[in-house]
Amino acid sequence: MSATTGAAGGEPIITLEGVSKRFGSFQALRNINLEVHRGERIVICGPSGSGKSTLIRCINQLEHHQQGRIVFDGREIGPHAHGLDQIRREIGMVFQSFNLFPHLTVLQNCTLAPMKVRSTARAEAEALARRYLERVRIPEQANKYPGQLSGGQQQRVAIARALCMNPKVMLFDEPTSALDPEMVKEVLETMIGLAEDGMTMLCVTHEMGFARSVAHRVIFMDAGEIVEQAPPETFFAHPKSERTRTFLGQILPHG
Amino acid sequence: MFHHFGTNDFLFLVAAIRWTLALSAIAFIGGGIGGLVVALARTAPLAPLRLAATGYIQLFQGTPLLMQLFLVFFGANMFGGRIDPLIAAAIALTLNAAAFLGEIWRGCIEAIPRGQWEAATALGLRYPAAMRDIVLPQAARIAVAPTVGFLVLLVKSTSLASIIGFVEITRAGQIINNATFQPFLVFSVVAVLYFALCWPLSLLSRHLETRFGTVSR
Ligand SMILES: Nc1ncnc2c1ncn2[C@@H]1O[C@H](COP(=O)(O)OP(=O)(O)O)[C@@H](O)[C@H]1O
Ligand SMILES: [Mg+2]
Repeated sequence: MSATTGAAGGEPIITLEGVSKRFGSFQALRNINLEVHRGERIVICGPSGSGKSTLIRCINQLEHHQQGRIVFDGREIGPHAHGLDQIRREIGMVFQSFNLFPHLTVLQNCTLAPMKVRSTARAEAEALARRYLERVRIPEQANKYPGQLSGGQQQRVAIARALCMNPKVMLFDEPTSALDPEMVKEVLETMIGLAEDGMTMLCVTHEMGFARSVAHRVIFMDAGEIVEQAPPETFFAHPKSERTRTFLGQILPHG
Repeated sequence: MFHHFGTNDFLFLVAAIRWTLALSAIAFIGGGIGGLVVALARTAPLAPLRLAATGYIQLFQGTPLLMQLFLVFFGANMFGGRIDPLIAAAIALTLNAAAFLGEIWRGCIEAIPRGQWEAATALGLRYPAAMRDIVLPQAARIAVAPTVGFLVLLVKSTSLASIIGFVEITRAGQIINNATFQPFLVFSVVAVLYFALCWPLSLLSRHLETRFGTVSR
């Protein structure tokens, strides 16, 4: 599947206007402006410490921004936003370190949130969970504990767990960085499957092959700023900024 | 007027075990409930709760248990007539155990990685649900061994209740000693009885440590 420029139109599902974030005196995000449209798939890359994680963690308010506005699906979000947990339920997140709940089985990991926060009946939650476990292609692991699975399997469970909340947007924070090379592919394939189904996705990743084939837009960040953004073919073929060129020179195979 | 330590004296000591156990059980259950409250307050997102819990822990860890016992016993006697030594001892030990268990369990709660909170929060769980369904069950596993370890200390600290006249094993030993004047023999028996109570608990604690300390699930 090749990237098409621009996704479905309409009003953006996520808008960031002039968002800044400090940790103490350290400026992690500087004046970020970003619009994400429904169905759009964005890959965010940039050197370590450039604020990629902070950016997507501000979207579901795992980090709180100090300046600017973040609007999700028509509702402004912030540390004191009304119904913040309501909004979080509509935003799925996948972490680099999986963060599965080790004391619960794979199935329970997937049914916990629907049952606890959506009051879904157990049978319905389990049916839903099995459907998503099927979709990430590990239905047979439902009754195991996370510790019994490989890294790639755990990350696929984490994706299924997020999907069980039926999110409008999925955030990925370097989902393959903690994986052994042979497991990267299975997770990327799962993500490509999601993309094909039209999921709105923001992915922090250095998997440039994934970016080329799936992203509508690639964003390059450095020192807390969005330095450059473009559709992947433009981004990789004609990077505008020197910083982007340097970065791509470091992570892309030469030749 | 003295008689030799005999079977009846031994049985008297053995019978007193139930009071040591009863006091231990009351303090453990009461202290467990209080300790959970203290641990939750100590790790709460609200600063005043944390401050109050910290103050409570400092107060009870920073003063001798014997003083706490005296304050409850004589304090109650001062304000409202007599207080039963069992009740006084139960109150003092419960308050004390709540502080120690609260501090032990705080550590267990804080040992749960931040990623667990983040995953729960990202799924839309609010603080109480994340605490109850994600953090506490994992913290409980880590807590089992040190909690049983604390129980051993608690059983031994009940001996202090003898000083306010509560007849548990130690007080029973004093009574028998007053009648036989064979202190070495009598208190050796008392010590062996404590050991018989505490040693299995110590073994259990060590067993639980290997059982829950290493497995990942
Ligand atoms: N909780 C925090 N406290 C202090 N500094 C932080 C915290 N989280 C991130 N930072 C700092 O903010 C900067 C951006 O971090 P991050 O968004 O994680 O970068 P990236 O994901 O691009 O590697 C880094 O320099 C990091 O050290
Ligand atoms: Mg990061």
